[in-house]
Amino acid sequence: MTDQDLCIENVTKTFGGFTAVDDLTLTIPDGSFFALLGASGCGKTTTLRMVAGLEEPNAGRITLGGLDITRMRPYKRPVNTVFQSYALFPHMSVEDNVAFGLRRKGENRAETRRKVAEMLDLVQLGQYGSRRPAQLSGGQQQRVALARALVNNPEVLLLDEPLGALDLKLRRQMQIELKRIQTEVGITFVHVTHDQEEAMTMADTVAVMQAGRIEQLGAPAEMYEFPASAFVANFLGQSNLIKAEVTGQADGHVTVDAHGNRLAVPAGRCRVTSGTALLGVRPEKLHLADGPDAVPSGHAAVQGVVTDASFTGVSTQYLVRAPWGSELTVFVPNSGIANPALPGTEVAVHWSPAHSFLVGS
Amino acid sequence: MHGFWRWLAEKWVLLLGFVLLAYLFVPIAVVMLLSFNQPASRNTTYVLDLETFQFTWNNWTDMCGAAGICDSLLRSIYVGLSATVIATILGTLISFALVRYRFIGRGSTNTLIFLPMATPEIVMGTSLLTLFIGLQIPMGFLTILIAHVMFCISFVVVTVKARLAGLDPRLQEAAMDLYATPWQAFRLVILPLVLPGIMAAALLAFSLSFDDFIITNFVTGTSDYTTFPMFIWGSNLRGIPPQVNAIATAMFLISFAFVIAGQLRTRRRSARRAATS
Repeated sequence: MTDQDLCIENVTKTFGGFTAVDDLTLTIPDGSFFALLGASGCGKTTTLRMVAGLEEPNAGRITLGGLDITRMRPYKRPVNTVFQSYALFPHMSVEDNVAFGLRRKGENRAETRRKVAEMLDLVQLGQYGSRRPAQLSGGQQQRVALARALVNNPEVLLLDEPLGALDLKLRRQMQIELKRIQTEVGITFVHVTHDQEEAMTMADTVAVMQAGRIEQLGAPAEMYEFPASAFVANFLGQSNLIKAEVTGQADGHVTVDAHGNRLAVPAGRCRVTSGTALLGVRPEKLHLADGPDAVPSGHAAVQGVVTDASFTGVSTQYLVRAPWGSELTVFVPNSGIANPALPGTEVAVHWSPAHSFLVGS
Repeated sequence: MHGFWRWLAEKWVLLLGFVLLAYLFVPIAVVMLLSFNQPASRNTTYVLDLETFQFTWNNWTDMCGAAGICDSLLRSIYVGLSATVIATILGTLISFALVRYRFIGRGSTNTLIFLPMATPEIVMGTSLLTLFIGLQIPMGFLTILIAHVMFCISFVVVTVKARLAGLDPRLQEAAMDLYATPWQAFRLVILPLVLPGIMAAALLAFSLSFDDFIITNFVTGTSDYTTFPMFIWGSNLRGIPPQVNAIATAMFLISFAFVIAGQLRTRRRSARRAATS
């Protein structure tokens, strides 16, 4: 950890009776690509705006490299923002938009021109300097907004759903582009998004927020493989969650009873070890077998009937109805073995216990 | 004959349009024509009779020839400019407050600000007169100015508010995020974007003030501060000097030039946009 970390300590923000951010504590390491992920209204944008200085917290402290910026005016903070709607100045050329911050800081003319040109090259808009924002496409406007913020070389760059207005293909392209730029400039990026795929592909660290609090924080793969709660398990990708009662512990495993099936989960993959819980397995970790006899030894299994099979190219997605009525989703990768299970077929759904996890219900 | 009816059936909307345009512009054309006429007497200033029409440049070269006419014109311009400046500044500030801030009484202010627009001028004129008499304010320039500022403000607020409401509030935040102080954000971003609305409001305010007669008539009282509309009204009793037609034509041409300039500006801008995109 270096000294330019962004620290949010016990910050609370309420609007009237609504608590947008609830006693939030968070440290964003210097130079990292950090994503705040959550559904709309979870407090992620409010958190970002408090860091930018556009909202003032009711309680708590925000520090940047040890400097308390909680009540510092937005124009005095070494922080810049890429707004959701870009908020480009429509009456100025692209160059003037990008030069705006440098001019306010009193940078000299030659240096401003050099930095603006350099930044427009970085976002591949070198030819568009004299245009007005309205003459650019959505993706180009997005890059102007990025250049306008980055050219000031802030300690932290805040991005508020920056790719929300772009179409899917352009979004993918910009995700890679943003990641490339972040690696190149080495500035801390705080990226607010509701798109879990975007957060996972771009960020080093993801914080899943819900109701003004952080539900889980960690590296994307780590969170995906072992979510902290049912909310995270469902918000970050898809999960099959089976209701289960914990019956005991033995040999480093927690045993549960799920609708009459005795199943085991490695103790290290259990968030709870007593009472009612949810046993989770990702759809791609589930396998299909013709019957109980075909299940590999050591695998946990439940019986079921295929109700739906849809071929998506890279995989076939099956819905299997378990005896207790709920449906399990199974992704079978298209590895070239033509073995379609038709709807109505009796199958055994099995998985390695090491791929399952237990969370509170 | 058959062909004629068919032609009429197809083009009657167009014809109606021309008739309507003529209806709007003939009176103005008559005034223009009469500005080049030397009437036999002041009672025939508004008689357009081609038999007695006598061409002259006199009304144009000697615009101030009639006693008091140019004094009243200058007064109207002076009152108009003063009222415009004050009403535009106040109205713009009110618009900002109403659009940007939440405060107690905002809803009622929003409604009350339109009251002067909805009030019949005769009512406003009498109530202002009563007020000024009650407060013992001497009638003249000051009372006229107060009255004009008052009825212009609502129009300024309506015009500027429309422009402001269409402005993304994040622009101000973006400017402040880029190290602009609130004043710099206003001067460099908000003001240039709202300026067309403010200019439109100022032009509207000036034309409203310039040709107001009813309210001005009340609040002038017995003072000799005669504005241009009041001058025409007053001289109507004795016979209107023909210079009035020249001044009216000039006024029309000036406002027409404004409209054309505005149209050209918009067209050029959209052409430039189309060319570069």
